[in-house]
Amino acid sequence: MEFGPHLVLALIEGAVQAAVLALTAVGLSLVFGVMRVVNVAHGEFYMLGAVLAWMVSTQLAGAPVLGFVAALVIAPLLVGSLAALADLTILKRVEYDPEATIVATIGLLYILQQTVLMTYGPEARPVAPPFNERIALPWIEAGEVVYPWGFGTTSYKLFVIVAAAAILTALWLFLARTKAGLVMRATQLDREMATAFGIPVERVYAAVFGLGAGLAALAAVLIVPIQQAHYLMGAEPLLLAFIVVIIGGLGSLRGTLLAAVLIGLTDGVVSVFFSPTLAKILSTLLVAMVLVFRPQGLFGRAA
Amino acid sequence: MSRIWALHGGLALLLLALHFLLPPYHHGVLARVMVLSVFAMGYNVMFGYAGLLSLGHALFFAAGMYGMGLSAQLWGWGGAAALIAGLAAALAVSAGAGLLALRTSGVQLMIVTLMFAQAGYLTVLYFGEVTRGDEGFVIAEATRAIAGLELSAEGPRYLIAWAAFSLALGLTLWLVTSPFGHVLVAIRENEERTRMLGYDTWRYKFAAFVISGGLAGAAGALYGLLFGYVGASFAAVQYSILPLLWVLLGGAGTVLGPFVGTLFMFYLIDLSSGVTTAYLIVVGVALVLLVLFARAGIMGEIRQRAARWLP
Repeated sequence: MEFGPHLVLALIEGAVQAAVLALTAVGLSLVFGVMRVVNVAHGEFYMLGAVLAWMVSTQLAGAPVLGFVAALVIAPLLVGSLAALADLTILKRVEYDPEATIVATIGLLYILQQTVLMTYGPEARPVAPPFNERIALPWIEAGEVVYPWGFGTTSYKLFVIVAAAAILTALWLFLARTKAGLVMRATQLDREMATAFGIPVERVYAAVFGLGAGLAALAAVLIVPIQQAHYLMGAEPLLLAFIVVIIGGLGSLRGTLLAAVLIGLTDGVVSVFFSPTLAKILSTLLVAMVLVFRPQGLFGRAA
Repeated sequence: MSRIWALHGGLALLLLALHFLLPPYHHGVLARVMVLSVFAMGYNVMFGYAGLLSLGHALFFAAGMYGMGLSAQLWGWGGAAALIAGLAAALAVSAGAGLLALRTSGVQLMIVTLMFAQAGYLTVLYFGEVTRGDEGFVIAEATRAIAGLELSAEGPRYLIAWAAFSLALGLTLWLVTSPFGHVLVAIRENEERTRMLGYDTWRYKFAAFVISGGLAGAAGALYGLLFGYVGASFAAVQYSILPLLWVLLGGAGTVLGPFVGTLFMFYLIDLSSGVTTAYLIVVGVALVLLVLFARAGIMGEIRQRAARWLP
């Protein structure tokens, strides 16, 4: 194949990555925006979502579609409740002190990861996609439409992109148009004023922490038919989500979304053409430099 | 003042006496713990005294280790020269990282140091032909000698570890009881006010950063030299979390805390790894419990309750 089709394939792979990354990063960004804490265990909530998806789909092995739909509902709910519980038992008790929260969530990271290792085991396990037709993509060569061999994608990958867009739209509607969303935004703007107006800030925090973790789990359920569920799979999305949230400007959802698309696409393209390790080194250093020289992020306004 | 030096000198003498008393297994464990305590003491200078929380000290530990290992491996340097090369590498890396990272503070400092360490870890993997990546490499027997002492033997190894430990303990004790140390504590408590008093806080923080990184690197170089192995796992994020855990457990901002924390945690992980492969869960549980119930750590609690004079 030539450069053109290669690039299109890389862009599609990148778009799938960007979709999942956007969900994960928006969860992290929401937690940081409203609660002003960094959740280092975010990647483990993602991992839990994938492992739960595997568990649910093996329970309903006869019906992959039903299993997938059940996983889409059950995994985020369970993970979200677990996160809310962790918030109430741990984060609330350290009074959301930024540094103590990071240390506590590092602890949570090890607890979740190692518990999964003890119960689910060290194997990587696949989940069957609910549908997976190959779609051959057309390409124009010398004025004619052709279908080059091996140039195509699957219906499931396209579904992931659409589903992530739908979920993000729903989240935006929830935050912009509902009472609960209004309460969350009010808490983000001014915690003390929100308390003065009778908003139960602590319950809002638990809900936001749960929602953020739930989004990560949802992203994992979507991606697990393409990747496999493994107890160490949380590290990579955590790092990428960090990068996205920082580049997008800490706490700004719009910036996060923009950065997720940008970085997902670049990562997809770069890892097709360059050494992935070198790409990771450069992107990590770039992010550190952004934090050092432009702490408000590339898309954020000056603080 | 004298009881402070008596207590810390007494600990050093006790550890020297244990060299002749301990059964082989615990003798070996204690040698490791003493070297890792140097790492923790370095971390404590920055976190416990200056109040700067880094999540990237694996970078400095690994800089020392690889500075030592590669100069021995590639150019055949002897033990002492390689050790100095490791220390120099760690000082250079921490000065560079400090210059950039100290432009930020708080949570951003944590993330920047984390990212630097991640980039360092990936760099070790990227140059796999030289560093042997995850697999690592063994330090040649010929290199592993300092001043005629064969480090592959248990006895000299313990004594070198003890010497390094005592040196680092004396150094940190001297540092934190000096005016310099008091300024660091002032910065930790209220940086704004310290600056108003006329101190150039940035220079103090930078000095703390480099001393901290240098001690971490010295520990890394010595660990590689004493136990004969250099590998990428020492640059991974786990080795940034461990010194934080040791210092939190032992007591941040106490001179003895890092050693106490490292000793406890080493045995805790050692015991639990006999029970389950998922022994890292102990690390997680300990971190959460410490943050919830004992922020001051073991020596911190002792200082609060019984001995206010502890440095």
